[in-house]
Amino acid sequence: MVVFDLYNYWVFILLMMIGLYTVIASPNLVKKIIGLSVLQTAIFLFLISLSKVSGGTVPITGPSAELYSNPLPHALVLTAIVVSVSTMAVALAIIINIKLTYGTIEDDEIRKTEGH
Amino acid sequence: MKDRLIIRVVTKITTPFILVFGFYVITHGELSPGGGFQGGVLLAAAFILYGLVFGLDELEPILPRRVSDSLAAIGVLLYAGLGLVGIFTGYRFLDYRSLGLAGSESAEVWGMALAEYGVGITVTAVMITIFREVAQAKRREH
Amino acid sequence: MSEFFLLNVVLLLLLMATALGVFVLHNLFASTMVLSLYSLLMAVMWSNLDAADVALTEAAVGAGIATVLLIGALVVVGPEQKRHPRIRWPGLLLVAATMGALFYGSFDIPRFGDPGAPAQAHVAPQYIAQSVPKLGGENQVAVVNGRPSSDFDNFHGHVPNLVTSVIVNYRAYDTLLEVAVIFTAGVSLVLLVGQRR
Repeated sequence: MVVFDLYNYWVFILLMMIGLYTVIASPNLVKKIIGLSVLQTAIFLFLISLSKVSGGTVPITGPSAELYSNPLPHALVLTAIVVSVSTMAVALAIIINIKLTYGTIEDDEIRKTEGH
Repeated sequence: MKDRLIIRVVTKITTPFILVFGFYVITHGELSPGGGFQGGVLLAAAFILYGLVFGLDELEPILPRRVSDSLAAIGVLLYAGLGLVGIFTGYRFLDYRSLGLAGSESAEVWGMALAEYGVGITVTAVMITIFREVAQAKRREH
Repeated sequence: MSEFFLLNVVLLLLLMATALGVFVLHNLFASTMVLSLYSLLMAVMWSNLDAADVALTEAAVGAGIATVLLIGALVVVGPEQKRHPRIRWPGLLLVAATMGALFYGSFDIPRFGDPGAPAQAHVAPQYIAQSVPKLGGENQVAVVNGRPSSDFDNFHGHVPNLVTSVIVNYRAYDTLLEVAVIFTAGVSLVLLVGQRR
């Protein structure tokens, strides 16, 4: 049945869209970063789901395992997670500077202060 | 949070265990789940916990800013240096066979372990730096 | 159905609930804590999907460091949003369109867990073949990922953790530059927030 074949990918789509809508709709910059984090993690879920092999085991070789899941997406996601937290920290630093400069982190208020 | 007895005691008890686990994860990265990224973050978590509970001023003597900043660069240089060894000995960049003396079988494993240590050092130092900077932003406000 | 399936479905439902919670909650501290929960659930999800290394990273980074950073930033910028977000119709329309396109595309993805999927067919079998020792050792299985292990070549630097060998050996350039990115993030943070002599 198609539901059992694809349910993981559908949940990924829903999670990603929740993240995307948070990024678009929220006027608060920190909330945007939180939404971005949800979006990123959902994409990692997609990649890990692609690497799963039914009946496979963790890709650490052992004496009696016959089927391993694909290690390549794991390596990709592993580095991406650490990079995502670094970029999040840079974004937060920029937001802190925005707060100290404009006194607010709501994007429409910042635009108003700028006079647009 | 320095005045909270339970938090203070629990932090002092758990910090060494987190550190040991972090080192374990880095050094056993080839054998079990783990590696430089995870272990580095765990090591950083120990320092971050200490800094959270006792304050940044208490963290400073344990891991001075100068040291953690240099470590961040040292990790990257260790990794890139491994690559350069390959170039100078007639192999390609980051070819770990170059580390083996007379075709030693374990050269690849050693290369991978050293690269993991480089990653671990950088990740630890950068995570601590990030925590420091975000935490001290509050002070700059005043 | 198997335990794997059951755990998977329960975790997916919890993930959707927490993601909605992150979106709906107004207070940013609350939102951050639910995000931490979402990351932790994601780590459990990944260990269920055979990605032990990734689960360890996510548990340490997503649920640990990211939460600390967000709270650290919220202490400075304040936890209250000015007002409830109103519905932004252009954004909603865009999201709906993207979702429709992704759902439409999802029917072409090979089924979940398919061992014959194209993603499983290219370089990964080679990595596995080079890391699993040749037939002959004790308890060695004869067939690994559908290939007889007798025709595997013994990679002389084989390590048991395939993810580590992909990260620092097969994809070593990639990881070197990832580390450089992390280093750059640290430097830019010092430049952005720090006040150095």
